[in-house]
Amino acid sequence: MSLDVLVFGTMFVVTLGAGLAMLFAHNAVHVALLLVLTQIGLAVAFLLQGAFFVAAVQIIIYAGAIMVLFLFVIMLLGVDRREALDEPLKAQRPLALALGALLTAQVLYVAWQGVDLAFVNGGEAAIQEVNSEAGNVLGLARVLFGRYVLPFEVTSVLLIVAVVGVMVLARRIQTVSPTQEADAQQQTETEEVAV
Amino acid sequence: MTEVPPGYFLALAGLLFTIGVVGVLVRRNAIVIFMFIELMLNAVNLFFVTFARMQGNLEGQVLVFFVLVVAAAEVVVGLALILLIARRRASLDVDNVRLLKW
Repeated sequence: MSLDVLVFGTMFVVTLGAGLAMLFAHNAVHVALLLVLTQIGLAVAFLLQGAFFVAAVQIIIYAGAIMVLFLFVIMLLGVDRREALDEPLKAQRPLALALGALLTAQVLYVAWQGVDLAFVNGGEAAIQEVNSEAGNVLGLARVLFGRYVLPFEVTSVLLIVAVVGVMVLARRIQTVSPTQEADAQQQTETEEVAV
Repeated sequence: MTEVPPGYFLALAGLLFTIGVVGVLVRRNAIVIFMFIELMLNAVNLFFVTFARMQGNLEGQVLVFFVLVVAAAEVVVGLALILLIARRRASLDVDNVRLLKW
């Protein structure tokens, strides 16, 4: 058994275990921390397959930035308390589990078919060649800023729309008009004089 | 590069995606449901990276970045919406959001 298989096995167990534990955690903070564990496991899976830059980005952006945002909102709303896991809708949970079992069976069947799938275009040897010659980052940059430069620019529009949208959503609307403000100021001034 | 066949990575990604689906269906806290959606996006990223390895080019890895940008935008907007709902009513239980239900 080589080191690769050992690393993969550990990663598989940890990632899947953390994912399953997410289903049964009562506390939203625990779910968030288990999700971080799952994402770190996935970063290891990316490393194993030669996606070095993607693995780094996964840790920095997903496990770092996005999950901190989640934890921040959980703490801000104060929902970090124990949550009842019972379900008021009678049929929903059995139906969900049945659907999950069906999906699992399908996934395992398809993966079983795909274990012996042939590599095309040189397969992993081609990626290994790019990684060892130009480096993973340079290779990615050539694809991203070459063939996919237009979608890349479109995502910047998406980000701008998201930022503006959130600012419109989250601001508190000030209903005080300038004249009312002036009145209030005058009133406090007279109160101060009276004191 | 690993000697583990890509099918095992595909199985892991599929199982994580299934966990995400079941989580969205079973859990009731809005933020927790949101985290299961993130889990599904992550599983799809693993699919992309594995397919990139099978195809022998980096386009699958580039696609992960697009998924990442969309996920970040989605998280920001979604959490703002959750904040607004939480401000209006005390609980984050999605069963309570049924004003439009007939």
